[in-house]
Parts: sequence; C-alpha cells; structure tokens
Amino acid sequence: MSDVPNVVTGDLEAPTIEPPGDSGSIDTAATRRRRSVDAWLSGTEEPEWLATATTEGAQELLPATEDPALEIQRGTVVTDDFVLDDRSEAEERQIMNMGPQHPSTHGVLRLQIEVEGETIRRVKPIIGYLHTGMEKTGETLTWLQGPTNVTRMDYLSPFHNELAFSLAVEQLLGVAIPERADAIRVLMTELNRVSSHLLFLATFGMDIGALSMMIYGWRDRETCLDFFEKVTGLRMNHNYIRPGGVAADLPDGWEDDLENLLRSVPVGLSEYEELLTENPIFVDRTQGVGVITPEECKAYGVTGPNARASGVDWDLRKVFPYSGIEKYEFDVPLGRHGDTFDRYLVRVAEVKESLKIVRQVLETMPAGDYRTEDRKVTPPPRKRIDESMEALIHHFKIFTEGFKVPAGEVYQAVESARGELGVYIVSDGGAKPWRLHVRGPSFAHVQALPAMITDSLVADVVATLASTDPVLGDVDR
Amino acid sequence: MSDDLTPAIDGDEAPNPVRSLLAVHPEATHVTFTPLEGPTQDIATVPPQGYHDFVAGLKRSGFDVFVDLCGVDYLRRRPRFEVVLNLLSYSLRRRVRVRVGLPSDDPLVASVTDLFPGANFYERETYDLFGIVFQGHPDLTRLLMPDDWVGYPLRKDYGVGSVPVQFKGAHQAT
Repeated sequence: MSDVPNVVTGDLEAPTIEPPGDSGSIDTAATRRRRSVDAWLSGTEEPEWLATATTEGAQELLPATEDPALEIQRGTVVTDDFVLDDRSEAEERQIMNMGPQHPSTHGVLRLQIEVEGETIRRVKPIIGYLHTGMEKTGETLTWLQGPTNVTRMDYLSPFHNELAFSLAVEQLLGVAIPERADAIRVLMTELNRVSSHLLFLATFGMDIGALSMMIYGWRDRETCLDFFEKVTGLRMNHNYIRPGGVAADLPDGWEDDLENLLRSVPVGLSEYEELLTENPIFVDRTQGVGVITPEECKAYGVTGPNARASGVDWDLRKVFPYSGIEKYEFDVPLGRHGDTFDRYLVRVAEVKESLKIVRQVLETMPAGDYRTEDRKVTPPPRKRIDESMEALIHHFKIFTEGFKVPAGEVYQAVESARGELGVYIVSDGGAKPWRLHVRGPSFAHVQALPAMITDSLVADVVATLASTDPVLGDVDR
Repeated sequence: MSDDLTPAIDGDEAPNPVRSLLAVHPEATHVTFTPLEGPTQDIATVPPQGYHDFVAGLKRSGFDVFVDLCGVDYLRRRPRFEVVLNLLSYSLRRRVRVRVGLPSDDPLVASVTDLFPGANFYERETYDLFGIVFQGHPDLTRLLMPDDWVGYPLRKDYGVGSVPVQFKGAHQAT
C-alpha cells in the first residue's frame, strides 16, 4: 500500500500507515483525518479481500461464447435487414412484453402483447414467476399447520384463505363450530374484505395516475391491519382461523377499536369517492374500458366483484352461506356495464356493505367458546395439562403427529375479496392432506384478461389489469 | 330434460339434472353428497371415453359456469390419476363435480376448452404438474414451471427434495 501515490496530495510517501503508539507524535487528529481520506480515494487497485469474497466457484458467470443468437440480440450481427420493406402495412405488428418487472403488474405477471400501432391485437398472460409449490408443500404439513401455508397464497385476503381451508377440513371432520367462533370469522373476513378493497383503491388510483389516492388507501388499510395485529398478533399471514375455530379470543377493548374503525373508514371513503368517482379524468380513463360480458364471465370462471360489475347476481355469501353469514343483513352491489369503472364502483359499494356486516357483528357478538371443545381437534388449555393425563395425551398427539381426518374429498368455496376461493381437499385418513388444491379467483381473472384487453389501446391495459385486482401470489401459488 | 331446468335448491326433492344425464350415459356413476354447510354437491364419476360428451351434456342442462379443474394422483390406486372438474349453475343454484380416472401410463383425456375457454389455464396447470395430456387443447405447454423442467412435481413419486444452496464463504469454512 505504501508505494501508491496519494491522490489528495500527490506525494508518494504520505500514506505510510504506522502501527499506533510507534512514534507518538504522528497520531494527531489531522493525520487521522488524512488517513481516512486516503483509504477512500487511494484504493484504485482491487483489494484482495474483495476478490476472494466474491469468488463463488460454480456460480461465476461463464465467459461469453460465440453464440450467434446472443450476438443478434445484442445487435452486432444484422440479418434480414430487408424484411421490413417487404411487409405490407396490415402486417406491421410487433410483439411487446409488459413485465414481469413492471410496477403496475401487481407482482410478477408478464403480458405478451401484439400491437398494431396503438391498438392491441393479441394478449397472452404468462405466469409462474411466483410459483413456489404451495400445493405440494401443503401435502407435507399437518391439518393444523395447513392454515400457515394457505394464508400466504392470496396475501391480501389471508383470512379468506384460512376460512376456506378450515371449512373444508371441518366438513371432513364433521365437527360443529361454536357460534362465537363463527361470528369472529365473519367479523375478520369482512374486515379483510374492507382492507383488501381499500388497497385496491390505492393501487388502482396509482395505476390510473391519481397518486394521492395511493397514500390515502394505504393509510386507511393500515387502520384495519392495526386491528388485525391486535387480534392475531400479525398484520398479514395471520394463521388465525384454524380447523375447529379461531386461534384466540378477541382481545380486551376490541369493541372500542372497532368503533373507531367504523367511524374513520366511511369518512375517508366518502372523500375518495369525491376524489375519484366525480373526477372527469378518472371517469374518462375508466368508462367503457376493458368490458367483459356476463357470458364471458361464466365461460372464463370470472367471479366476485369482477363478475358482479357485469351484472351477474351471484354472491356465495347469499346463495351458499357459510359461517352463519346469512344472519346478517347486507346487499349485493351490482354493476351494469362490466367495464373498469363499474368494477371500481362495485368495490366501493362492497366496502360499505362489509362495514354494515361488521357493525351488526359488533352489536350481536355472542358469548361462548371461540373454538370447538372437541379435544381430538383443539388442544386443551394449558392449565389442564398439569392436572389431567388425558389432556396431556391429547396435547401431545395434536402437536406431534397431528389429528387425523377421515378419508374423503371435499370442495369448499368462500366469497373472498376477489371472488370464489375454493379449496379442494382429498384426505386418505391420515394426519396430512393427500391432495390440497386451491382454486384462486385471480387465476381465472388473469386468464380472462385477453377477453377484456384485446382490441383496446395500450394505455388501457394498465387500467384494465388494475381493475381486476389480481394477486399474483394467488395466481401462481 | 326441460323439466330438470327448474330451479332446485334442495337436491332431494327437486329433479336432479345430473341424474337425468345418467340415462344417456350409463357408464357414469353418481353420488349426491350433502355437506354440513353449503350446497348439495353432485359427484359424477365418468370413464375417460365419455367425459367430453358428459360435460357437454352438463353444459346443456344449465351448468354453464366453469369453476375449477385439477388433477389428483392416487399413486397406489387403479386408475392412478384423476381429473376433477367443478362446474356451477347460476340458474339451478347447484354445483357438480366430475371425476375422471386415468391410467398411470399414458394419462390422456379430452380437453374441454372448446366448451369452456376458462379450462385453458387449468388444463395447462394439470399438464404441467401431473403430466396428464389433454387432447385437443390449443396450447398444451407448461404454465407454472419453467419450460425446460423435467418431471411433474405434484405426482406422488416426485420427491419434495431440496436444491443445494451455495452460501458466501462456504469454501472458506471447509
């Protein structure tokens, strides 16, 4: 190091670093400062420690070979430069990629788009970038561990995932759920619908260009997540709804928190409606854009708010009620045109309906157990383990091998924030599912994108995509 | 058949469109399953030869909403594979589940993408993860796994396995 010229002063002898305490007088504040400057500026050669730390054997990039395809891609070899002149105007189409790394694709979705000028002629959604094999993972987890897995699929409505899984397992088990557990489940899933739709407003506004909406949406969603955190301990991926009930009772003072939430969210919502619904730019960008008909919804399996925006009067909470949701009064908002604007309106209206349900749950919350007292499914209270041998055995069995579920197959669907979320389970009578399949609503919505986007403008792709509210964790699983 | 199109909520009293289809398809078997919660579910088991016609019949009798299609690997059972199709009817307020058993070697079944375009991705996913081939599918390629992947991950004889991960400094520690 000592023979490197000093960049600051230009002299050769300056950066001689001597061990401290050698000659006492050198170690002044000025020399210390100069040494630190030297260390930053004079290190023109590769430090040895850096070179060794980044050597990773097999992971090193290989030297570029003479691959003709690569060279064409880089533009060094030009072939067929006369082709363009031969083509007629009608054939002047080009294929573009949108994504997978694109801010408005809500995760990692790639759209292969064939454009003719500004018009889109063909679209092919390409998915799988977020595939983590969660269905395979589900086969290696016990029934009690299952919710931790499924809750990560549609990460914006985790409670619905857990609910669908738990209901399916309970059907195979044949256990009855206490009233209070059902009410808590309804409360949490409806609040989850609110938080998910608020996030939709945020991202949708952002994609359209209403950037302030993004901040407001995230802010209001946070009030819901604060409540979730207080109840479950986590903001997302709760593992709260489990086969047999819920993991814990509601905390003290939950009524007050809920009152605050029920006061603040509608205030914000009316402001957002002024900001977006009555905004001519927003209306121009969304009305008549990305239309899907009821027939197409049926054929492609489009469900939930997206189908209801087309006028399909179908809500699983009404037709196939679960968890006692039929006890609460609410309406199913419907759209008429099936365009981007109606999909937005339906979701805003659904937030209000969900808050209505939450208010009713708050007023009629029954007392009682928050999980079934079937000891084959629910672990016993901690206190009982010290007193009872049987309780100890139950506890041990549940947490080592897990409870067994009778053999059979079942399909259970719930109305998630995005649509029909179905869980298909095959049990072979063991402590783990033989097959766990999750029918995510976003999967069908992404597949239906060509029906909405084809023959529209490039600028409308983002609006249409955002209005279907896809969650790629749910698509790829 | 027209009588069967009347809305039915309780499966037991009302005419069952799935049952009336069985007269046309004697090879199919049928179970009605009433769960604790939710709607009565009809489960029909069909051999692969009659599968496409059976689904077409279901679509004609009102099950016009495509919901779900997935594969199951029963490994030791014969037939080893199963394709499970879920359909829904808005007008009848019913669900139906069609199960098709497929042999271990050469699992092959007709595609229903001509009836329900929504089956496209689901059949690709089933092909991708189980290796079940859908005849007549317009674009039967891998969907979730990389194109050059070898094997079908959701089969039961495909291990969970792990990928060796190389950490920084691993060679120094040894």
